[in-house]
Amino acid sequence: MSNIKSDTSEALTRTGSIQLLWLGLAATVGIAILMALLSWASALTGSSTATLDAIDEDSETVTLLLRTEPPQLDSTRATDSVSISLLGHVMEGLLRFDENNQLAPGVAERWEIREDGATFWLRPDARWNDGIPVTAHDFVFAWRTALAPENASEYAFILYPVKNGELINSGALPIEALGVHAVSDRILEVEFEQPLAYFEELVAFSTYNPIREDFYRSREGRYGADVEDLLYNGPFQMTVWVHGAHVRLEKNQNYWGRDRIRLNVIDMPYFTTDATSALNLFKDGKVAVVDYLGAEQLDEVLQQRWQLQRFGDGSVWFLAFNFAPDRVTANLHLRKALQLVTDPGELVNRIIKLPGNLPGESLFPVWLQGVDTFFRQEHPVQQITLDADAAREHLRIAMEELGIESPPSISLLVDDTPGAAKQAEYFQNLYRTELGIDIRIDRQIFKQRLAKMQSQDFDLAVYGWGPDFADPLTFGELFASWNPNNNGRFINEEYDESVRLAQSSLDPKTRMEAFARQQEILIEQVALIPNYERGRVYITDRRLKGVVRRAVGPDPDYTNAYITPSP
Amino acid sequence: MYRYTLKRLLQGLITIWFIATATFIAMHSVPGDPLINERGVNEEIRRNLEERYGLDRPITEQYIIYMGNMIRGDFGISFTQQNRSVNDIIREHFPVSATLGILAIVFAGLGGVLWGALTALYRNRLPDIIVMFLVILGISVPSFVIAALGQLALVGLNGLAGFSILPVAGWGTVLHMLVPSLVLGLSTMAFLTRLMRSSMLEIISADFVRTAYSKGLPPTRVFMKHQLRNAILPVITVLGPAIAAITTGGFVVELVFAIPGLGRFFVQAVQQLDYTVIMGTTVFYGAFLVFMVIAVDLIYGLVDPRVRLE
Repeated sequence: MSNIKSDTSEALTRTGSIQLLWLGLAATVGIAILMALLSWASALTGSSTATLDAIDEDSETVTLLLRTEPPQLDSTRATDSVSISLLGHVMEGLLRFDENNQLAPGVAERWEIREDGATFWLRPDARWNDGIPVTAHDFVFAWRTALAPENASEYAFILYPVKNGELINSGALPIEALGVHAVSDRILEVEFEQPLAYFEELVAFSTYNPIREDFYRSREGRYGADVEDLLYNGPFQMTVWVHGAHVRLEKNQNYWGRDRIRLNVIDMPYFTTDATSALNLFKDGKVAVVDYLGAEQLDEVLQQRWQLQRFGDGSVWFLAFNFAPDRVTANLHLRKALQLVTDPGELVNRIIKLPGNLPGESLFPVWLQGVDTFFRQEHPVQQITLDADAAREHLRIAMEELGIESPPSISLLVDDTPGAAKQAEYFQNLYRTELGIDIRIDRQIFKQRLAKMQSQDFDLAVYGWGPDFADPLTFGELFASWNPNNNGRFINEEYDESVRLAQSSLDPKTRMEAFARQQEILIEQVALIPNYERGRVYITDRRLKGVVRRAVGPDPDYTNAYITPSP
Repeated sequence: MYRYTLKRLLQGLITIWFIATATFIAMHSVPGDPLINERGVNEEIRRNLEERYGLDRPITEQYIIYMGNMIRGDFGISFTQQNRSVNDIIREHFPVSATLGILAIVFAGLGGVLWGALTALYRNRLPDIIVMFLVILGISVPSFVIAALGQLALVGLNGLAGFSILPVAGWGTVLHMLVPSLVLGLSTMAFLTRLMRSSMLEIISADFVRTAYSKGLPPTRVFMKHQLRNAILPVITVLGPAIAAITTGGFVVELVFAIPGLGRFFVQAVQQLDYTVIMGTTVFYGAFLVFMVIAVDLIYGLVDPRVRLE
């Protein structure tokens, strides 16, 4: 009996395996057919991506990756760095940034800035990609649109220096009241709200880009939503935009400066924020640049001897305090105590450990221009000598003033990213060992961190500020009492006075002295504890040259890039 | 049968309404503010934004407006992708996720049945031990690890070959789909293998199998008609939810392989508190899941003659 059973079971195993083998083969064939069908179907929907190599010398094509999908490319409403970088390639304002990061003539061939306004003379050969000339009317329309309340532009404030800008944005005046007029097709007249020393910087910003009215109206609210919903006047034009998957820029043959543009195609068929994935694509020779490398990726980059490059992205990171009277951080001596034990150098070298980051010393970063040379060279920061004993003395006074027996417990608001957590733990450890202060780390998702900051629900917060334009004012303004980004509500009359002076004065020396005074007040009052000036590291294919990185304006910028033959 | 289907569909609609309402309430009670950005804005700009997205109205009014639009099939405009409607986002990106999901489920289903049957045949022998070891790996290793390893293997493969055999990332051709869908289907395949194995083993010693042999049927016929067909039933039961889980759960794979699927938009929307996209995708996925379950129940009736749909 048992013999028979094992016989049938052997037979079963054998025939069963053979049948499974056939089934497996049939399944493989079936899957192959299914895949062919699916790829045919997805080719119909147009979501296919090309598979050229990172650098194609023959067609002068560079293949890159994008971190995220640009939300939309309407220049009046773009706020994120991906959109602004793309706009910098396909659009051009009155002025532009050249390969040395200097302001250069864009659509305007010359201009004159006066105390009460400015005049721009437009070049005759500036054209849209359909061949029609770019006129002064296109600027008037774009600026009015950006300020129209129903357009709800987040960057509308950057146009407030133009006369009546703020009143129009609040709905108090019609958009026609804006202080900008087309005297003729080629002459643009601007009136200022008050004298303005940095208007040149502003008009290079993407919110100031031109938009042609007839085209904008023909898109019926979809301007900037898709590749056919945009008109281009920049060095490149967009020819493919598959959402979330593929953006392709091709040289704009109607661009007035087309002779200095050397790349034919910038292809971006990969969208991912995953740094490992990006490195794999680079290793496979599919993309020419990988940006936003983290400390985790550095080892591999060094090992592979890839061309590592660094640049400062212009932003300044610091610990912000809450100055609300019911918070312990409103106490000057407590802030002083924290200041005297914080060493930004240690934070940068031991915790962040990424080349390109500079220890923070001031709200005003090192790259800002002063009168003749860098602002920070003309007005050095007063150095803070670390002194734990003095710090403890300040803490003692603070405790006395606050009427508490033991060192207070302070909350520190940070993002929920691993990097932010590491920094928060560093501060927690530092203040506990040096001062006996207990730091409660409050980790929040991005939007909630911002909400808590803006509703002033924090004691200490890690905060970063990137510049909108290359003038110290973009940083100095931050601590003015009326600034919506002054989250901790630092209020100091002398400081406000000094900001107003810097806003309205046209004399560079007076302005720089005002910023120097602001720098002093911030340190004396310990309005912030500078942490670092952020750097970024990236790798590029050795054959790709002329990539421009910058702190202010479209970044990265490939308009001046070119391909050198492989060695 | 028709009455049954109709009844299930009605229940499904109620479930979807419930999902929509629960999501709406949850979303509005989560801390954070969808209109907040790194740049704090002054009151004028803030008011303009609120008006544009209808957030200046009372919450009940927002709910009524939203539900009304949803019934007409309009999910509204995305907060972050300011010029795109949520309908467009779903229409453009769901087919990608679905393609990936279908392939993954085909891999998982076929692989699971074949490996499961094989291991049952070779119970406690070498093939069984090897496959079951891999199954445990497949179930316990998280998908982001498998995805990263899969991609690394591709880079290595292309490096060895000296040219691109399979693309490392991207989307569009058969070659782009192969590895991501395998990676996506792997854990389900492992799970189904185990399920199939135990269900096969149960049936090998069942009475009707013994009867079949004693009637003198050839092993081929017994294996195909009596064992495999009956053992597959539990697999079909879990297939419905598995399809939904795979189609909606491809976020990590989509991110690593740079695939423009809906999963990425869904996760991003939650991180960004993009109200309309959260609502649209949740309701859409919810509806998808509900109808998958109904579909599986109907198919079950066809496969198993013992089940009567009433």
